[in-house]
Amino acid sequence: MMNNPMSRSVRALALAAGLAAPLLVAAAPKATAAEPATLPVVHATLTSPPHVPPATGRKQPAKVIVDLEVVEKEMPISEGVTYTFWTFGGTVPGSFIRVRQGDTVEFHLKNHPRSKMPHNIDLHGVTGPGGGAASSFTAPGHESQFTFKALNEGIYVYHCATAPVGMHVANGMYGLILVEPPEGLPKVDHEYYVMQGDFYTTGKYREKGLQPFDMEKAIDERPTYVLFNGAEGALTGDKAMTASTGETVRIFVGNGGPNLVSSFHVIGAIFDQVRFEGGTMVQKNVQTTLIPSGGAAIVTFTAKVPGSYVLVDHSIFRAFNKGALAILKVDGKEDKRIYSGKELDAVYLGDRAAPNMESVAQATRSAAAGTLTVDDQVNAGKSLFAGTCSVCHQADGKGLPGVFPPLAKSDFLAADVTRALRAVLHGLTGKVTVNGQEYDSVMPPMTQLNDDEIANILTYVLNSWGNSGGSISKEDVKKQRAIAPAAKVAAH
Amino acid sequence: MRAALTVLVLACAAAAAQAAGYVPLEGGRFESVLPQGNVPTASVPVDIAPFALRETPVTVAEFEAFLAAHPEWRRDRVPSLLADAHYLSDWTAPAKASAPARSPVVNVSWHAARAYCASEGARLPTWLEWEYAAAADETRRDARADPAWRRRILAWYERTTPDPLPEVGGAPNAWGVRDMHGLVWEWVDDFNALFIAGDSRTQGDPDILKFCGAGAISVIDRDSYAVLMRIALLSSLGGADTTSNLGFRCAKSL
Repeated sequence: MMNNPMSRSVRALALAAGLAAPLLVAAAPKATAAEPATLPVVHATLTSPPHVPPATGRKQPAKVIVDLEVVEKEMPISEGVTYTFWTFGGTVPGSFIRVRQGDTVEFHLKNHPRSKMPHNIDLHGVTGPGGGAASSFTAPGHESQFTFKALNEGIYVYHCATAPVGMHVANGMYGLILVEPPEGLPKVDHEYYVMQGDFYTTGKYREKGLQPFDMEKAIDERPTYVLFNGAEGALTGDKAMTASTGETVRIFVGNGGPNLVSSFHVIGAIFDQVRFEGGTMVQKNVQTTLIPSGGAAIVTFTAKVPGSYVLVDHSIFRAFNKGALAILKVDGKEDKRIYSGKELDAVYLGDRAAPNMESVAQATRSAAAGTLTVDDQVNAGKSLFAGTCSVCHQADGKGLPGVFPPLAKSDFLAADVTRALRAVLHGLTGKVTVNGQEYDSVMPPMTQLNDDEIANILTYVLNSWGNSGGSISKEDVKKQRAIAPAAKVAAH
Repeated sequence: MRAALTVLVLACAAAAAQAAGYVPLEGGRFESVLPQGNVPTASVPVDIAPFALRETPVTVAEFEAFLAAHPEWRRDRVPSLLADAHYLSDWTAPAKASAPARSPVVNVSWHAARAYCASEGARLPTWLEWEYAAAADETRRDARADPAWRRRILAWYERTTPDPLPEVGGAPNAWGVRDMHGLVWEWVDDFNALFIAGDSRTQGDPDILKFCGAGAISVIDRDSYAVLMRIALLSSLGGADTTSNLGFRCAKSL
């Protein structure tokens, strides 16, 4: 390894870092003011997704040693589908690294002896050319070392930058490094690590077997899979993230790309806070936050209502057709004040609710001009009936025997038109007998209809299907509307 | 003892069988994926002189026989300057391989590969010779423009290294050479001149372009990513380095 030309550049970089140190003190006095002459040495705890290492808990900077191993391995990308991933630490995304602002990070990149490819690492949290890439170019079975100072706090993406860069990234070579602010991050109940990536296979979505990388699809930016944490099902079922009601959840969300920008959204949750783009600014009350390729964000929210919350890329075909789905399961007590569950399961009229507005408009014009005829009313009433009444009473007025009473040749209607008018206005509940058959159901009050509309509908009904004829005026309706419904209905 | 003798005899037999395995290649005009002229972004075809190339990569048994004749290249005797700690580390003993006899030998340094070739009266091929021979598929001497051919090459990069490695002796290409793709990486004599920058995105730096020919912008045919990856691997290495899927074959000038 002494012959490896890289070791020379590592030494050069270390030297440069040493020379630059006084400048850094001037640039970041807060982080370095109390720096002791010799830093305590700490070995970084690395975690696999979706886990996040514990807070550093340190009030002072340290020399942090990071050992990260590159492993090329075949893993499932979907049910019955495998892919040869190139990984930092054996997972996609790679191991989560957590340091503190002001730390001096001694980075050891190890490339597993069974690897086929050379690899390197570009950490976006590094200040310096290539983010460490040129200093960490590592052949299989070798190790590189470089050192950097964590000058800026924030959440940063790291990735491989070996040619062809796009292919290394597309094969899963990315992860996150958190540089805590000196005072640490506010305490939360749960921290999770989620990273989106797009994948390109020669086979179709969910085509079984080992699927090779497809460079043409990658260049065309036509991904086969868009995934959270490198596999369909990486964060669903037994592997779903969990929290309880009343707990705070912080998710470090990265996007490795290589191509797509993520419209990150949690269905049913509003982010209380988002450190968008991983920066220092905090945006509040966010529904969907953009995560650029090669970028990250920190989102926090409080779990308030139990249930399964679905993390998606809200470029929504990616979620439902390419795999960009993850689950956060919240358990705990229901809070009906915040979310009731289903309160109504009713008939929805759909496109039948859209009446022919021209006949209705004509009736309105005629009424205004004082020339309203029964024909105008019937035409307008026919359109309104189709939209509102025909769902139950049917377009031919025959109803459904035993369920919805008929209006055609209706003895109930003929016996008392005002009773029918009051049923439309105030609803009708309980037993009635129509044309010799008993009905016992509920007609809701049609409060959405105005006096004109009810008059027209009833006029239409009276003049249709063998009924007796006649007309109802809006004054008739107005009068009945003013008379309160019977006590039984009012108490209901 | 008898078993050891048998192994030795077999090894010698295999070595003898392979010893004559050089295939002549006609010279010709060739457009490398790496720029060959003064302008780093323009292609300048070069003339490849006729040469002979080993039909297959050097096998485990062949290298075992070489060590018997040249014990100074055993892992317990080689100077660390010429071979790193992984050198032949997969062997059960300094002179005894564990891998199948006809698998390609791997975990060999460039220095050791050169010494082996010298023992056959040969040398390592240059990058251009290797690339010229590797451009062929079964029927065409230059199949590089065929996307299907590229995909076949790339398929190997997409698989993890099998253990043990398969034996040499794949289908011959149009030149009669075997296993140029799909088995192992191979040393070339001038691997150290193939600089790809450690950070492949520094192509915009004119200095690096000038003397390193770095990265993708200096690769003439950007679709040749399969070749690009081979260059990337070689340029990540020093002469004493070894990897578990890097072998070699030898060449002779004609």
